[in-house]
Amino acid sequence: METYTLMREFADSWMLLFLFVFFIGVIFWVFRPGATKEYRDTAGIPFRHSDKPATDEEART
Amino acid sequence: MLNYIKLIALAVVTLCALIAANYARDVAYLVHAIIIALVSGGLFIWTLRKVGDVTSHPQNEYLDSVVRAGVIATAFWGVVGFLAGVFIAFQLAFPVLNFEWAEGYANFGRLRPLHTSAVIFAFGGNALIASSFYVVQRTSAARLWGGNLGWFVFWGYQLFIVLAATGYLLGGTQSKEYAEPEWYVDLWLTVVWVAYLAVFLGTIIKRKEPHIYVANWFYLSFIVTVAMLHLVNNATIPVSIFGSKSVIVWAGVQDAMTQWWYGHNAVGFFLTAGFLGMMYYFVPKQAERPVFSYKLSIIHFWALIFLYIWAGPHHLHYTALPDWASTLGMVFSIVLWMPSWGGMINGLMTLSGAWDKLRTDPVIRMMVISIGFYGMSTFEGPMMSIRAVNSLSHYTDWTIGHVHSGALGWNGMITFGVLYFLVPVLWKREALYSLKLVSWHFWLATIGIVLYAASMWVTGIMEGLMWREVDANGFLVNSFADTVGAKQPMNIVRGLGGLLFLSGAVIMCYNLWMTVKKSPAKESSLSVAVPAE
Repeated sequence: METYTLMREFADSWMLLFLFVFFIGVIFWVFRPGATKEYRDTAGIPFRHSDKPATDEEART
Repeated sequence: MLNYIKLIALAVVTLCALIAANYARDVAYLVHAIIIALVSGGLFIWTLRKVGDVTSHPQNEYLDSVVRAGVIATAFWGVVGFLAGVFIAFQLAFPVLNFEWAEGYANFGRLRPLHTSAVIFAFGGNALIASSFYVVQRTSAARLWGGNLGWFVFWGYQLFIVLAATGYLLGGTQSKEYAEPEWYVDLWLTVVWVAYLAVFLGTIIKRKEPHIYVANWFYLSFIVTVAMLHLVNNATIPVSIFGSKSVIVWAGVQDAMTQWWYGHNAVGFFLTAGFLGMMYYFVPKQAERPVFSYKLSIIHFWALIFLYIWAGPHHLHYTALPDWASTLGMVFSIVLWMPSWGGMINGLMTLSGAWDKLRTDPVIRMMVISIGFYGMSTFEGPMMSIRAVNSLSHYTDWTIGHVHSGALGWNGMITFGVLYFLVPVLWKREALYSLKLVSWHFWLATIGIVLYAASMWVTGIMEGLMWREVDANGFLVNSFADTVGAKQPMNIVRGLGGLLFLSGAVIMCYNLWMTVKKSPAKESSLSVAVPAE
């Protein structure tokens, strides 16, 4: 099989499937249980440490 | 030790540049070799004088000096780029402005890429680099990684801009839209870009927050994708290492497809993803409330980057490109409506509960209208990518109008908003010098964009209809010169719109300058005694 046909076939099947499943997975991941609470904290990042970096004691994990 | 390696390297570069200047085969290359020799020679002396100096990088402070420099560069290149745009707009309306004495240097064909690169890469690029350095430090709660590497990125990028701009005027161009710089300038940009990626990623890796804030995702996708696009679309072989001319390795329709894959993703990742990073940080900051939906912002991100990369073929309808490829580009362009409008809604709704700020705060007004223009131009774009619409709109001024409603409205306005936010913060001022002048800027820019977009719709559709008009026997009715003549009034209106936009930017520069000079210093943030520098 020539390279072009081989790559076209792969792109049209497995790669397409992978990208699609990945994307659906992201949507499910975003709506996982407990996400709302976590994202409320993440969305607050711009309102912390605007003047100077966090010290090692302040660092959150 | 590092200083000695630097000195040796700079001396070698200076020597090589001088040799290159001696053997130069064309003017653009000669001038560039001299510029490089002067820059590296100057850096050699500067480094020599600083040998033995100890530079400190206090990890309990942000590196803001490079952001300040980036803010100044953004404002400066903005005015330069807008000025070039206004001038070439009037060149189109009044051809006599293509002066006889400057023929071959300052005529429309040479100045046009100067304008596009100045506004996209110099104004937009500096805004992206400066704001990304600011945002990544704050959202990671860590100082910029790499010591002075951030400064290398800043100055290296300015050198790239100067080489690109002088190259266009002297005829050193690859003739690829938005990728005009020749091979050695491309190589230099690659070096700078790798350093940029390292600084950005390094800061994210040493972050003190467990999560990577969404703005950083957008910035990172912008940096990584632009690197990929740049490398593939600039795969050229120089004719001689002592000349600026190079030949692209792609041929025919593959070359065209690569170019518009690059070209459209320059819009998608440089002018959209990067600026969305700005939106997701600065709009919440200015509105003083978190983003409307963090979940939507994640879906927005993945949908945008998964779709944009396929939209390029819509630039090549009715060409040698196979139909399936152009249909694919068209379909993906239309699906892009969803993430674009999802992002717009997310930005606008961040103001929910704070809509009164629109009345009192002209800076947030600027950010909101930029999101509005983002929504409008991302509605118009997919519509124009539909093959039937494209047969009317392509090659006409409608395209120019579309690009400018996006570039002036979305990129310009959000950048102005960010500059108005950053200057008081970075120079530790209480507030902006004058909010009234911000309002003036807002209205001048908005009316300017409306004049620009409206005149280009009229002239674009008129032009498209005139080109396809045939008489009863199937002959074309209009010659090309007929359309040029008919466009004159709209070309003048477009120039005036640009003039209004430019004057708004000049007012902004005055306002920012006076903010630094005259506004009272912010005392509260100086609770820790800082020695005067």
